[in-house]
Amino acid sequence: MIESVLFYTFAALALVSAVVVIAQKSPFYSAFGLIVVLCSLSGIFAVLGSPFIAVIQLVVYAGAIMVLFLFVLMLLNVQRETDDVGGSAPLRLAAAALASAFAAQVAAVIARARIVSGPEQYEASTRKVAELLFSPAFLYVFEATSILILAALVGAIVLAKRDL
Amino acid sequence: MDALLRLFSLIPGWDQNVPAWASISLAGLLAAGLCLGFISLGPVGYVYVERKLAGFMQDRLGPMRVGPWGLLQTIADTIKLLFKEAIFPAAVNRPLFVVAPCLVVIGAFMGFAVLPFSPTWQGTDLDVGAFYVIAIGSLSTVGLIMAGWASNNKYALFGAMRSAAQIVSYEIPAVMSLIVVVMIAGSLSLQQIVAAQAGGLHNWFLWKFFPLNVIAFLVFFTATLAECNRTPFDIPEAESELVAGFHTEYSGFFFAMFFLAEYTEMFVASAMVSVLFLGGFAAPLPVLQTVAGFDIGPVWLIAKAWALVFVHMWLRWTLPRLRVDQLMHVAWKVLLPIALFLIVVIGGLLTAPATAGGFPWDPWFGWPLTALLCGYLMLTALRAWRWHARQVREAVA
Amino acid sequence: MLPVYVPILILAVVAIGFAAFTIVASHLLGQPRPTDAKSAVYECGMPAIGTARERFPIKFYLVCMIFILLDVDAAFLYPWALIYPQLGWFGFVEMLVFMTLLGGGFAYAWKVGALDW
Repeated sequence: MIESVLFYTFAALALVSAVVVIAQKSPFYSAFGLIVVLCSLSGIFAVLGSPFIAVIQLVVYAGAIMVLFLFVLMLLNVQRETDDVGGSAPLRLAAAALASAFAAQVAAVIARARIVSGPEQYEASTRKVAELLFSPAFLYVFEATSILILAALVGAIVLAKRDL
Repeated sequence: MDALLRLFSLIPGWDQNVPAWASISLAGLLAAGLCLGFISLGPVGYVYVERKLAGFMQDRLGPMRVGPWGLLQTIADTIKLLFKEAIFPAAVNRPLFVVAPCLVVIGAFMGFAVLPFSPTWQGTDLDVGAFYVIAIGSLSTVGLIMAGWASNNKYALFGAMRSAAQIVSYEIPAVMSLIVVVMIAGSLSLQQIVAAQAGGLHNWFLWKFFPLNVIAFLVFFTATLAECNRTPFDIPEAESELVAGFHTEYSGFFFAMFFLAEYTEMFVASAMVSVLFLGGFAAPLPVLQTVAGFDIGPVWLIAKAWALVFVHMWLRWTLPRLRVDQLMHVAWKVLLPIALFLIVVIGGLLTAPATAGGFPWDPWFGWPLTALLCGYLMLTALRAWRWHARQVREAVA
Repeated sequence: MLPVYVPILILAVVAIGFAAFTIVASHLLGQPRPTDAKSAVYECGMPAIGTARERFPIKFYLVCMIFILLDVDAAFLYPWALIYPQLGWFGFVEMLVFMTLLGGGFAYAWKVGALDW
């Protein structure tokens, strides 16, 4: 009972703030909306019985990525969005095509998903996540992640520092 | 909360007549109210102690006018701040200007949800408790940037940016040295981390793998000190260059909210340090854990946390402020390499069967070193006190 | 059985309530009486020149980027720290490889001066 109430509350909050993120003209309001979205998602993860993912969501997204976003907004000194962002006709066509492709993809995922009615049917404790992550099945994926992080680090430095 | 629920069950007929959701909500509200009282009244005491301490260290008297020994000074200040007009300068972005201090305060409050005061007196024993506190703490960074940007003031914006850069830089050493504790305890639950340190002072994680964990403790303590924006890491509020940093434009109770958050963060950070390294609510001697059959865990945790808050204040009035580049240097080139090194070394030691339970000499260092440190501190305090008394006498004469 | 996150939610509600209450209380108790001098930007008495919202140095971005990457790294280290006894030397070596790769990136950042302020 309490799970469904909380789930729908968080889901509604996430959806509304997501709309705010897109509809807002001021980038700082959008950023604030995004924080609410990320916190609601974290709440949904907690309701689904996975506190570890919920906390990661907070630390990495709401804490770290949002600070980066705000820094970038300051860095570029982004002002209010102007209204004439329509673009040319081919661009609009491409945007529509991409959006419908994305919608189709989401629909396909939802259609194929196995619906479970509550968090009781699977276990997502921190220990379980750890055991899965460090099982041989995910060993290479895990090590590949570190290479990805390394590449991102080098990329950021090369982009930011011109005088290397 | 469990403790409160259990108290309710003692009332005859409670379990039969009151639905579960009602007693849970009631217990939750009571517990939250308890935390709120502690949080909002705590700073009144902290500020008084800090001002008195500053006076003592600078051979002044500190607040003396309101009440005996100035005891009512901070209460008067709080009431004054509450009645003061909150100024909204014309250039500020109002909604964000109002939301920012709220975000900072909420971030500071939420840490209380997992602090273990005793096996039963705890909001909730999250199985990622230690990580949760870090996560909640990082939320207030966003609040600080919001405050700086919404103020539309150069000092405020610079203060906010520096503050955010500092907090994110010091979060990494804090997170990394926390991993050392998690490895030794084998759990992220604060309750289990404390349970692993039970049995007396020599079992505290501070003395495990002597002297490696002492280093981890110092790294973590320094990092939390910096995350609270306290001297020597108070660059964001360096009054000689940035007026008041991110809260330059704030006045009235909005200003008080930043103060509330700062002192609450100090307490939560100190409580975390004591939970992770100093045994949390575990007494230094198992005999001292209960008084007349009652578990006095909360007293121990609060005493340890207050002792560390005292160290925060002591450092503030002793050390000069670091420069920004020195600040970044300490975080990235000193603390972080040390923390990474500790993870690898202690990880190896824990995996090797011979040293998995700690070094053979671990139990022998805790007590003598603590006694030595306490003795030295008391002696120093005594000498400082006598010096201060003589100064006051001479000034009067 | 009480879900573990309920006390956190209750505390969140109380904290938000506290914040809202103080805003309302301070608004009611301290009546705003704005004047031109009061609502000017505070720059120690000097008239403010230009806006505060100028472009910021890229150093901040770089620090934040490195922070995020190490944060993600830490997020992977926590599950490992939790179950390393079951993993034994296999887990240790796995982590060592992970740490070496990251240490390499860190050393590179140090070498090219990305960590200098």
